[in-house]
Amino acid sequence: MTIIDPTDAIPAPRDGETTAPLLEVRDLHVEFNTREGVVRAVNGVNYTVESGETLAVLGESGSGKSVTAQAIMGILDMPPARIPQGEIRFRGRDMLAMSEEERRKLRGARIAMIFQDALSSLNPVLSVGFQLGEMFRVHQGASRKEAKAKAVELMDRVKIPAAAARVNDYPHQFSGGMRQRIMIAMALALEPDLIIADEPTTALDVTVQAQVMDLLAELQREYQMGLILITHDLGVVADVADKIAVMYAGRIVETAPVHELYKRPAHPYTRGLLDSIPRLDQKGQDLYAIKGLPPNLLKVPQGCAFNPRCEKAQDICRTDSPPLVPVTERDGTELPGRASACHFWKETIHG
Amino acid sequence: MSEKTLERPTTDEDALAKEIEAEEKAAARQASLLRDGWADLRKRPMFIVTALVILCLLALAIAPSLFTARSPFSGGFCQLQDSMNGPSSGHLFGFDVQGCDIYTRTVYGTRNSIVVGVVTTIATTLIGGLVGMLAGLIGGWTDALLSRITEVFAGLPLIVGGLLIMSIWGGGDVWSVSLIMAILGWPQVFRIMRGEVIANKYNDYVTAARALGADSWRIAFRHILPNTLAPVIVITTMNLGVYIGAEAALSYLGIGIQYPNISWGVMISDAQDRFLTSPHALLFPAGALSLTVLAFIMLGDVVRDAFDPKMR
Repeated sequence: MTIIDPTDAIPAPRDGETTAPLLEVRDLHVEFNTREGVVRAVNGVNYTVESGETLAVLGESGSGKSVTAQAIMGILDMPPARIPQGEIRFRGRDMLAMSEEERRKLRGARIAMIFQDALSSLNPVLSVGFQLGEMFRVHQGASRKEAKAKAVELMDRVKIPAAAARVNDYPHQFSGGMRQRIMIAMALALEPDLIIADEPTTALDVTVQAQVMDLLAELQREYQMGLILITHDLGVVADVADKIAVMYAGRIVETAPVHELYKRPAHPYTRGLLDSIPRLDQKGQDLYAIKGLPPNLLKVPQGCAFNPRCEKAQDICRTDSPPLVPVTERDGTELPGRASACHFWKETIHG
Repeated sequence: MSEKTLERPTTDEDALAKEIEAEEKAAARQASLLRDGWADLRKRPMFIVTALVILCLLALAIAPSLFTARSPFSGGFCQLQDSMNGPSSGHLFGFDVQGCDIYTRTVYGTRNSIVVGVVTTIATTLIGGLVGMLAGLIGGWTDALLSRITEVFAGLPLIVGGLLIMSIWGGGDVWSVSLIMAILGWPQVFRIMRGEVIANKYNDYVTAARALGADSWRIAFRHILPNTLAPVIVITTMNLGVYIGAEAALSYLGIGIQYPNISWGVMISDAQDRFLTSPHALLFPAGALSLTVLAFIMLGDVVRDAFDPKMR
């Protein structure tokens, strides 16, 4: 491309020039100052994403998964939000230490985000072609005409039929699935290294969900992007993700490669989530549900945050908060990528 | 690449035909809120009637000499022997107390009314819109401060404020009257603009634009501003009529446009003493004023019906 990319100023080698992971979140804390007190939405989250890898972040509403993503994007409203400690390293550079202008140039160009509700995330009074083209005008200084041509190209890439005819349409003239495709196209426009998808399919109906996920996975493979998929839907995750991090009350309670997690969960919460998926062979039986509600983040229970809802809770769970420890086989062989924050992970995984 | 892309029929002719069709459609459509509103407007009979009246008024304002052979500024225009004569052929509206032709004065008065209305509307929209946008966007202390300042201006009643400012500055021409009304009128636009900006700035599309790298400037003018325009346009159109009426009120009280400038308000004021014996001197300028105010307010009404999404 002959257009000068203003983000070139940021030392972020595309491939292989550094051994640092694409994205590394270290001990991230996020708090919100509210009238009732300090809400600790994220309490020490760690994860890494490599190029071409998909990390699924799983959790209920209020588990801190979206807040973590917003902290990475730098779109938290501060105040009321605060990041008292932690690091977010993008290709080895701590983004929290960057200037606002540096971060803005990363956004969209290197890290992009797909939002849950595509209708409200698209500006109702601007045509989709204009909004898609804006990516090129903002980041690459493209002319209106160039930008529009590229917008059509992008709409083709995300398989919107008759892209050229619809480039001047407005968001309300598209169906839900098509709008989400446009959001994906916007995120993809500058071929970022990392995409964060915050519940990209929640607002869609089931058949469209599958199409959109397939499209996302396909484009990710093609561009070798890192993908953070935030969801509460275990069904969506299985086919797409490489590894999973399960969040509860602002902490990661279990990490595992995707199929390992489905086979042998090492945390009672994960087990509860898996058991609450409807299954054909349990037709006629009552569907399992985890008792109780997610904790109020203003007063997270003492000890393990999950203990009031946990069927296996013992006294120690009510006093001591379990650290995230590596999970091993019965004989002590390491299981790479697996960790659990449960006092009784051995009993949980090995029965 | 999966087979999904292969399924799509894309021969070259197909693509070309599609592109041509697309271009035609795009040209025809371009449907935005404003376009939709415009298409809706054109179908309303009320809009056509008011638009015609306003076009006539504009013609009167721009070229009054086309509509009357006399000029109120030429020597010998007023003949005292005609004082308070009623309508007659050649002088359809009759004469006022000075023996001046009321028709000519009414025609020449149109310009001042329209100019005051338009200038005031533009000024209030610019000041109120800009300050309101700043307050809404920045929020916090800036917002609080600007809102309080606005309330000071909003708290001054038009007549009292007008008397006050006129007694300090003097004046009596179109511009000083417009200035007074702009100073006292911008808080209304400020409130609407500020409210709209605040309602829009927490929308998801603003967050999304930010997440994709737009800077504050672009977010403010490209993303938030277009979403706030419809209500501002509506209030602006309605205000035009209100300001014209207010100018007449100020002039009637002697604190607006003053002699030798022509104003319907002044004409009404001059004619009121002899209303019982010769009502024509009051009725014609008052009728012109009512018609003008009514036309603009009704235009505002149909514009609101066409543009306000909640009214559709």
